[in-house]
Amino acid sequence: MRVKRVFRNYDPNLRKQEKAVEYVRALNAAKLEKIFARPFIGAMDGHIDAVSCLAKNPNHLKGIFSGSMDGDIRLWDLATRQTVCQFPGHQGPVRGLTASTDGRILVSCGTDCTVRLWNAPVDATMGSDDASNMSKEPLAIYTGKNAFGAVDHQWDGDLFATAGTQVDIWDHNRSQPVITFEWGNATSISVRFNPGEPNILATSASDRSITIYDLRMSSPARKIIMRTKTNSIAWNPMEPMNFTAANEDCNCYSYDARKLNEAKCVHIDHVSAVMDIDYSPTGREFVSGSYDRSVRIFHFNGGHSREIYHTKRMQRVFCVKFSCDGSYIISGSDDTNLRLWKAKASEQLGVLLPRERRNHEYLEAVKNRYKHLPEIKRIVRHRHLPKPIYKAAALRRTMTEAERRKEERRKAHSEPGTVQTEPLRKRRIIKEVE
Amino acid sequence: DILVLSDNLLERSLMGVRKDDESPGKILTAKEQWLMPSEGGYLEAEGLEKTWRVKQEAIAREVDILSSKNQYDIVLPELGPYSMDFTARYMAVGGRKGHLGIIDMKTMGVVREFQVRETVRDVVFLHTEQLFAAAQKKYPYICNRDGTELHCLKEHGPVLRLQFLLNHLLLVSINKFGKLHYQDVTTGNIVGNYRTGLGRSDVMQVNPFNGVVALGHSGGKVTMWKPTSSAPLIKMLCHHGKVSALAFHPNGHLMATSGVERKIKLWDLRKFEVLQTLPGHAKTLDFSQKGLLATGTGSFVQVLADLQGTQEYSRYMNHSMAKGFHVERVVFRPHEDVLGIGHSMGWSSILIPGSGEPNFDSWVANPFETSKQQREKEIRILLDKLPPETIMLDPTKIGTVRRAKKKEKPTKQEREVEREAAIDAAKNIPLKKKTKGRNKSSKRATKKRESIMKAKRPFIEQEKKEEEEFSKKRQRISEEAQQLPASLQRFVKRKES
Repeated sequence: MRVKRVFRNYDPNLRKQEKAVEYVRALNAAKLEKIFARPFIGAMDGHIDAVSCLAKNPNHLKGIFSGSMDGDIRLWDLATRQTVCQFPGHQGPVRGLTASTDGRILVSCGTDCTVRLWNAPVDATMGSDDASNMSKEPLAIYTGKNAFGAVDHQWDGDLFATAGTQVDIWDHNRSQPVITFEWGNATSISVRFNPGEPNILATSASDRSITIYDLRMSSPARKIIMRTKTNSIAWNPMEPMNFTAANEDCNCYSYDARKLNEAKCVHIDHVSAVMDIDYSPTGREFVSGSYDRSVRIFHFNGGHSREIYHTKRMQRVFCVKFSCDGSYIISGSDDTNLRLWKAKASEQLGVLLPRERRNHEYLEAVKNRYKHLPEIKRIVRHRHLPKPIYKAAALRRTMTEAERRKEERRKAHSEPGTVQTEPLRKRRIIKEVE
Repeated sequence: DILVLSDNLLERSLMGVRKDDESPGKILTAKEQWLMPSEGGYLEAEGLEKTWRVKQEAIAREVDILSSKNQYDIVLPELGPYSMDFTARYMAVGGRKGHLGIIDMKTMGVVREFQVRETVRDVVFLHTEQLFAAAQKKYPYICNRDGTELHCLKEHGPVLRLQFLLNHLLLVSINKFGKLHYQDVTTGNIVGNYRTGLGRSDVMQVNPFNGVVALGHSGGKVTMWKPTSSAPLIKMLCHHGKVSALAFHPNGHLMATSGVERKIKLWDLRKFEVLQTLPGHAKTLDFSQKGLLATGTGSFVQVLADLQGTQEYSRYMNHSMAKGFHVERVVFRPHEDVLGIGHSMGWSSILIPGSGEPNFDSWVANPFETSKQQREKEIRILLDKLPPETIMLDPTKIGTVRRAKKKEKPTKQEREVEREAAIDAAKNIPLKKKTKGRNKSSKRATKKRESIMKAKRPFIEQEKKEEEEFSKKRQRISEEAQQLPASLQRFVKRKES
């Protein structure tokens, strides 16, 4: 095939009206993006009860662990969407799952007051027959006094923490917790270790508080009390001092752990309690699953979501995870299925030719340059929402608008300076405690 | 307005506005100039020589064979004055007596020529050399490269001049009755037809920079049009008599017009001012890619150039033809140092060093195009077709933020009318008839009075505010007046309301 030589002259006098041409290309790119937006890849079904927790193994990108409300733990292969192996044993709902730092051990905890350690298959090339040869017996079963709510492993160490009536720190080989933290009488709902600083963890409790612990100190470090309880916390892997809390009042709050008196950003878009949250490995966006049957993707400092995923068959979403390469999202929901979605809805999967990739990048760039203009904005922003979510969102909007208007009128009719509006970032925090 | 934003907050989040010098095209041109395959040249005079005394024969002796092949005269005396149009490789000619032809300039071979046996007033290529439009006696026709008539555009009527807007794929025509028609050649629908209102005019040019069409009229007026408005964008009075020719510089800021009073004026289109007035007749004008201006009158063609680059045009070259050859149209060839002259005895081509852009861009206009490249290019042109709303005087404004216009205060009359309307509305609200002894007439009357007061309140507040401002201003002015010496106080301006 003879390749023809191409001559270039970049003189602007040869190309007229380049801004209008770019606008037309941006418009066409926006329309094409909507045509190719098919985010749902597939569902993984096999559980017979709601999926309550998910866990990623950082050494095995193709697999994901899931635990359900009937005690069944499974390892799934994302490429084939099949179960690789199962870990039966828990008597009640599995409340927390986590993989150790080297990925060889899976830790699970449940309402049957036990913490179980399992051998997880690590090798990526392991076939299904090897996995079935693996013994289904747990490595160890540690019993505690009360039910456990969540578990998380240190990013760089040998300790893991469980949440229950108090926060316990365990070592793999000890059957009793090494350290126990307690502050107040509230049960802890979730726990997360900091990716950058291996000794710091954050927990959320049923007294509407978020507490930050440091393992090197014998007592908890800091606590903030909000107006509603936090269901889940996720640390930003690229900026480890920031974390985002998924709250019961339909918002996600991003905090800087050093300055807890004010939220860094409030992410508003869900219409029901946000159940789970997870950051992308790039640290630039996070995914949240909520009780309102939808999964939303937010930019890390964006006030509103950039994407919403929903299906008629997907019921209450209890857990979400971003895949370790940042391209996929896994959501586990009430209807016993795990669903695999694309992080970018119109992305072309697979290996792209260099020309294709360059074209995609160009279209992305030209669309971003003109995405503020009304026609393009209308197309880019357009999402189909299920009717209940649409109506609930409209209702919330009327309520907040009414609040805002009343506040404005109160301000206008009082002496200037007497009525002060607190920003939303501060309004939802009651107090910060040392 | 879909193309310009109107949000101040948004402007802050957009990228900073780049200056014109830093546009990527200019930066890349500066970087890649050393990689360009060809270099331009020009005619330079040594010592006492003048460039305009150099004749074509002298040039022919010095240049290579390929260039000297570009100098020729084709004599077809009975077929009338010729008009022509060029693409990168092909040329379309149309003689007044009906001779149409397409010629391949690389091989100097005729692709197709035929007689339509009707007056042909103008010829223009469409987006590719496969299609061209000819303005024949009653209607313009679109023909194939092989001479097959594809379309007869009846709506346009008897057309005097045709032009084609490449980015928008619009065919523009001005007809004998002074009506301007815009037609989209891809869908075939007429985008707009407007009565110019200024009579018959046969001077029409497209400004390649922004796509506006300029017409020259018999009163000396030049009007500029866009397809989405029935009134012209600009009306300029250029000459004392009829405008005889019009041409646009490729950068879009410079326009040359010539009138019957023997003046050629160069206009700056940003300020709409005359930059330079040159003496001379010109029946036809054309700018080359490098900014050389060719004028043609009678049998004399003169080329003017801004030799120092300061846009001060001076004589560069002359060419006189034999006495019976009346120049009808001068058109520069793109990417070649060649000027095509259509005259009453056929057409000629002469060499003008330094007129064409030596380096072409394969994605824009490729003289060495294969058929596969040509097909791909056509598809890309169609994908990038601009909507007619993008034609505006300043195309760089697209995507920028529009400054919010100050809202004009409603006049006193309008305010009165609004007030009356509000009071009437308040009076006509139906009052609820309450039962169980709560329907006292005095209560009803107070309620009605209160609703009228409520309707009046915003107007009264507005008036009060204005009164306050006015009195404050008065106070301020009188304070200033106090500071002046006594003899000057009578000159303090007192603004009446």
